[in-house]
Amino acid sequence: MIVANRKPFEEIIEMLKPYTRILLLGCNECVTVCATGGTKEVAVLASEIRLFRQKEGRPVEIKEFTLERNCDPEYVDALKPFINDYDVVMSMACGCGIQFVGEHYRNKIVLPAVNTTFDGVTEKHGVWTERCQGCGDCVLDKTLGVCPVTRCAKSIFNGPCGGSRDGKCEIDKETPCAWQLIVDRYKEMDMLYKYLEIQPVKDWSTSRDGGPRKRMREDLTI
Amino acid sequence: MSIGSNLERVLKSGAFAVTSECGPPRGADPEVIRKKGAYLKGHVDAVNVTDNQTSVVRMSSFSSSLILKEMGFDPVMQMVCRDRNRIAIQSDILGAAALGIKNILCLSGDHQTFGDHPTAKNVFDIDSMQLIQCVRQMTEEGKFLSGEEIEGRPDLFVGCAENPFADPFEIRAMRLAKKVKAGAQFVQTQSVFHIEKFEKWMEMVRDLGVHEKVYILAGITPMKSIGMARYMKNSVPGMDVPDELIERMKETPKEKQAEEGIKICVETIERVRKMKGVAGVHIMAIEWESKVPEIVEAAGLYPRP
Repeated sequence: MIVANRKPFEEIIEMLKPYTRILLLGCNECVTVCATGGTKEVAVLASEIRLFRQKEGRPVEIKEFTLERNCDPEYVDALKPFINDYDVVMSMACGCGIQFVGEHYRNKIVLPAVNTTFDGVTEKHGVWTERCQGCGDCVLDKTLGVCPVTRCAKSIFNGPCGGSRDGKCEIDKETPCAWQLIVDRYKEMDMLYKYLEIQPVKDWSTSRDGGPRKRMREDLTI
Repeated sequence: MSIGSNLERVLKSGAFAVTSECGPPRGADPEVIRKKGAYLKGHVDAVNVTDNQTSVVRMSSFSSSLILKEMGFDPVMQMVCRDRNRIAIQSDILGAAALGIKNILCLSGDHQTFGDHPTAKNVFDIDSMQLIQCVRQMTEEGKFLSGEEIEGRPDLFVGCAENPFADPFEIRAMRLAKKVKAGAQFVQTQSVFHIEKFEKWMEMVRDLGVHEKVYILAGITPMKSIGMARYMKNSVPGMDVPDELIERMKETPKEKQAEEGIKICVETIERVRKMKGVAGVHIMAIEWESKVPEIVEAAGLYPRP
């Protein structure tokens, strides 16, 4: 899932300064699962904004609305009947959703209420961690399910570097060393011989470095 | 005709090599490098020049290497993968070779969070292993990473670093084997304080037969004070300073700690020198270059061949 974090309230309030009629948008997908931008979080933020602006003597009118998905045209169309009743849209969806809604309603500014952070998993209740950077050329077969691109702070393909200590990364004592995890997997599967294989220079053209990416399936296009 | 690497000459002759290190200044004054270099003159076979070590911006390794070369040193230009992609890396290799630099040390580089620009974007297009392969491909095959021919092949003696004290310990000798397979011709280790662990690592290296394929230079760092010892133990990634050394420094009166640090350092050199497969020492006297001649002489490694 895409994991996001709510922006600091001060930043949100600052962005909303010029506006009084606000459409506060949530999303029922990833940001709901990571408890950042679902119906519940939209309601909480809306109350905070109302209260703050009330105290300031500049009350706001907020419509709370959660789309099924912000990244799909058929759902985004649901905003058509009422979006023009508002001065501005503030979105709690991920960066994809924020942009996509803006692309569909070009007379509106869509403000971000969250910082989109990573593609990750729910490690345990209330803890989400990164797993994938979408490099476009998966190597998880070679590293037995631990991604060196994402989980190594230096994206090293022939690790671990000299900063690995007690299974942790040099940047932070809480962050596991990806290459410790990979070596552990090799040992678990009795495949430590794989460690001796030198991984060649990576082709980053399938990654962000190659420019914005596009996927098309001719058989599905209308 | 060009003169090859002095370090390579010394190592090939079978003599016990001595190298040291110069950290470039945080400014554009070449005199800082010249002053540090002057201390080392005649006492070392080659001088490493660090590449923005600990991710702090400094004068480039390339230009500092040139200043030392002008002084008659054989510089080992360190190069990290943190700040350059494969285009810049290969370009700098060509430039360095064109200006007569004969040695390169291939490193990943500390993460930028340690330095003075923690908000920087890092590169890590290739890693240290792939950098070794890249330089060897350029020097041996005369080809760029792309496979295209180089017109005017660079000539460099290629080194790498390895940390015998980092985790997971069991793969640290294998990792050196990998670097040797990638083409490393010499290796400098992380500073040796924990001699028993280093001995164990050397044993694993010998078991793999790697010591016969690469020149191993043991890293040596003199400690100035108990404060420095503690700092290295607790705050420098991948350092292993045993408690007994900390105790030994602590028990030494403050005014004698520097002397004791040098003594420990000379003892360490004497011990690693006896180990089969250790071809030399790399003395990293951090901001203490003035002490290198004393260390080299006390260890009986002066004059240099």
